[in-house]
Amino acid sequence: MKSAAATPPYTLNHPRWYRKRVSTYWWLLRWEYLRFVLREISSVFIAIFVVEMLFQIYALSRGPEAYVAFLNFLKNPFVIALNIISFFFVVFHSITWFNLSARAMTIRVGGKKVPGFMISGPNFVAWFVISVAIAWLLLRA
Amino acid sequence: MADTIKLEVSRYSPETDAAPHFQSFEVPYRKDWVVLDALNYIKDKQDGSLTYRWSCRMGICGSCGMLVNGEPKLTCATFLADYAPAPVRVEPLRNFPVIRDLVIAMNDFMRKLQKMKPWLIRKEEKPVSEGEYLQSPAQLEAFKQYSMCINCMLCYAACPVYGLDPLFSGPAAIALAQRYNLDSRDQGAKDRFPVLSQHDSIWGCTFVGECTRVCPKHVDPAGAIQQYKLTAALDWVKSVVMPWGGK
Repeated sequence: MKSAAATPPYTLNHPRWYRKRVSTYWWLLRWEYLRFVLREISSVFIAIFVVEMLFQIYALSRGPEAYVAFLNFLKNPFVIALNIISFFFVVFHSITWFNLSARAMTIRVGGKKVPGFMISGPNFVAWFVISVAIAWLLLRA
Repeated sequence: MADTIKLEVSRYSPETDAAPHFQSFEVPYRKDWVVLDALNYIKDKQDGSLTYRWSCRMGICGSCGMLVNGEPKLTCATFLADYAPAPVRVEPLRNFPVIRDLVIAMNDFMRKLQKMKPWLIRKEEKPVSEGEYLQSPAQLEAFKQYSMCINCMLCYAACPVYGLDPLFSGPAAIALAQRYNLDSRDQGAKDRFPVLSQHDSIWGCTFVGECTRVCPKHVDPAGAIQQYKLTAALDWVKSVVMPWGGK
């Protein structure tokens, strides 16, 4: 674009226009914005869960003693509290992710748009089935 | 049922005010009145200096977008009855400079929209004698939703990304670019790609989804942006895997 230097890509200041600064706390002013920020923050807790699991596998590879030490670390009340918070964020993250996936994808069958719940629904069903299967594997003993 | 309802209207006079303030008006409360009717009543009977945009009063022209109790709304489609008996707060659209009272400067949106080349681009125009470009109902359905946009800018007022980053192309402009990209008669997707695939454009969007929620015409700009992200990402993968092809 040739005239890019002459016309900046934003609205120039006009002495008679009133412009309001966006508050630093804009994300606290509406529930919809707060929900969005919580959704974004949930990725941090997903990362915590993943790192924790990698350390668990690493401890397992180093033998029974290391694994018991790691389990003792998990029994720390702070770690338990963090894991409980993480769990809720991971659930929130998964639900919002599946719901958004339906809106980010347009799948057409025979020229007709597949409704959103047909895309997010199977994700939720798969999530539930896999969770039940893992719970059964862990708890049957 | 009360006979009147209170309207708190944001007033800003560039000649005398440093910042907007609220002015209260008592207007008759009628079940079939929308916020725009109340504003017209104020202008006719109480204060002729009240300034706002409106035209069709039937949700087509996209002029009367304002914040009603903090929520971006077309005032011609927002009934007083939904707020009564509480007072109704009317403010200019968020994220835009205010020129006067409820009127905002829309230059920025207009420029961003123009950059998207929102018109049919053909490599070669067919002469009129060869007839029109035919389109099947399925091809129409592919973009029809996005063509419903009336440029009311409610989505810009709802979008925190646009508020924080004035360079962001914004929901409606991207949705309208998609409207032409998905049109079977259009051949300009490659021309729009360099504008759309920038950081200030689709990748600036963090999928807050508020644009879609406030859209009075159910355009779903957030969906359009995510779908184009997918297109752009696939395009990038293709260019890495097959650098020789696709040109």
